[in-house]
Amino acid sequence: MGAGGGKGTGATTYREAMREALREALRSDDRVFLMGEDVGRYGGCFGVSLGLLEEFGPERVRDTPLSESAFVGAGIGAALAGMRPIVEIMTVNFSLLALDQILNNAATLLHMSGGQLPVPLVIRTTTGAGRQLAAQHSHSLEGWYAHIPGLRVLAPATLEDARHMLAPALADPDPVLIFEHGSLYNASGELPPPTGPVDLDHAAVRRPGTDISLITYGGSLPKALAAADELASGGISAEVIDLRTLRPLDQAVIASSVARTHRAVVVDEAWRTGSLAAELSARIAEESFYDLDAPVERVCSAEVPIPYARRLEEAALPQTADVVAAVHRAVD
Amino acid sequence: MSVARPTRTRKDPALPKSGRRTRATKGDTDAGTPARHGAAGHRTDLLESMLRIRRFEERCVELYSAARIRGFVHLCIGEEAVAVGVNATLTPEDAVVSTYREHGHALARGIPAEAVMAEMYGRTTGCSGGRGGSMHLFDASRRFYGGNAIVAGGLPLAAGLALADRMRGQEHVTCCFFGDGAFAEGEFHETANLAALWNLPLLFLCENNLYAMGTALERHEAQTDLAMRAASYGMVAWAVDGMDVEAVERASRRAVEGVRAGAGPHFLELRTYRFRAHSMYDPDRYRHKAEVERWKERDPIALLTDRMRENGELDDGEPARIEQRVADGIDHAVEAAERAPEEPVGHLLHHVTSSPAEAVS
Repeated sequence: MGAGGGKGTGATTYREAMREALREALRSDDRVFLMGEDVGRYGGCFGVSLGLLEEFGPERVRDTPLSESAFVGAGIGAALAGMRPIVEIMTVNFSLLALDQILNNAATLLHMSGGQLPVPLVIRTTTGAGRQLAAQHSHSLEGWYAHIPGLRVLAPATLEDARHMLAPALADPDPVLIFEHGSLYNASGELPPPTGPVDLDHAAVRRPGTDISLITYGGSLPKALAAADELASGGISAEVIDLRTLRPLDQAVIASSVARTHRAVVVDEAWRTGSLAAELSARIAEESFYDLDAPVERVCSAEVPIPYARRLEEAALPQTADVVAAVHRAVD
Repeated sequence: MSVARPTRTRKDPALPKSGRRTRATKGDTDAGTPARHGAAGHRTDLLESMLRIRRFEERCVELYSAARIRGFVHLCIGEEAVAVGVNATLTPEDAVVSTYREHGHALARGIPAEAVMAEMYGRTTGCSGGRGGSMHLFDASRRFYGGNAIVAGGLPLAAGLALADRMRGQEHVTCCFFGDGAFAEGEFHETANLAALWNLPLLFLCENNLYAMGTALERHEAQTDLAMRAASYGMVAWAVDGMDVEAVERASRRAVEGVRAGAGPHFLELRTYRFRAHSMYDPDRYRHKAEVERWKERDPIALLTDRMRENGELDDGEPARIEQRVADGIDHAVEAAERAPEEPVGHLLHHVTSSPAEAVS
């Protein structure tokens, strides 16, 4: 487990892990280039690409105008022509300005062309709340993208995944969206040496347990793990599942966990209505109904645009205490 | 409602007064017709190419009425000179991005009529495997990147194709067709700025047919001089008589040469007109019949035919021979589409991702 914990000797941050992944991609493949708003001279709006312009030059670390639709579409076109672009969009809220290109072109061209035009594009963007950035920089819309056939949607929540998911994403012949939760960039810890190729198809059990399955991803993973710690001291053994890939969902890991624990809580920072949490709950109901000893619980954001004031923002978001309370509802 | 008139174009400033000799290039591919020699032969090629598009679409109308093809079908009848004139200036390595009104662009690019017609039928032999239909014709082998039915949605993609070619040092040109309606979309302006800023090898081809579906140009644009607006981004831009296939070809050749030479994006406003309604669903209530009839006096096919007759380049029997060849080709395409297999329903989930359908969750 990388995310969370203090920065010690030899520690690396999520931000640095992602930067190293970008560096490795740019070094190992001439077709790879990075483009987006302020990825070059500024060093990336969250500092992820700091230093890459100096190392790889302005052709391959390419600052763009504030034209999300044009530069995302340009990424799609460049991918069609054989390049391997990595397009950075500052935040998921801004990605809406490029939604036409992502849905109507990136996700659709392969099918609409009868299989002639795969789009090997990677889009990285920041998602989530927790930094008092208010309602136009804080939402968790990755579930909307997970709705779309033709896209692969990733949510690296650990240092290992921040470091190692990019290479297989670039190797994927189809468009891949990577959602980096803003609260994770400063997470630090020891990055263990790679143990083999990282797969993008499977969820991971981050903490085994026997009494209940906490199913989560991205920025909510540290909260779910903290909840599991707290529950353990009260004698409840919670299994924590990190989805890692939001589309396609790893149904097998979820079903096998619920078959063992007989209870499930879905923790998703997006709004509850029409959400990924709703999809997960429906799938558990479809696949695991007879394994369940209690209704599926959901812990999601309040149905409100994320507010600025700290107390209000904290109240809007799923917190560790909310997860613990949901577990008690399911178990007691 | 004011009646729009055919526009006299400015003289192409870079061309010698005598007019440049045109020549067929490798890209001037009409499937099944070898390129003819000399200026007169080339004009015959242009004529036959335009006629093939015209007759193909007229057949589409019949087939639509007979319910053999369905969906939205947008005809370019009246606009053939744009597709044919531009395509005559491209090489096979150049890329083309088009709109939902793209039968003409596809045929002029050399996609066989059989593959286009089979796509209209939704058959497995269609150029998009039956997934796209009339609005989404694709042919990766000819670098024909569709068939985009989101107005201006093809423009960012075209910028990326051009960017990739530039980054790899390839002297290809990406041509992007779009309509006057795209001028009201942000994607046009974002792409125009990006292409000029990055000096991309991109040719903007605005088919100004004076209507964004049913909304007349002066009702959707505050400033209707489109070439001037494009020029404001720092691109070479000018307006061309889009009804004169040779004027289109001359302008396109000059623009393509400029783009290929590294002079950055160029823009052509191709002033044209569709003789038919917006789509097969459109009752065409928003324009006067007199306006349509006035434009028909400048029918691009009649214009070229008359010119060739005046030049003594078209003997009495030639038009009939061309018509016969064109009709035979379309008959063959329709027969082939009628016989072609339908895609099995079991293949429904194919091509959603590159991995097998079972992996899709």
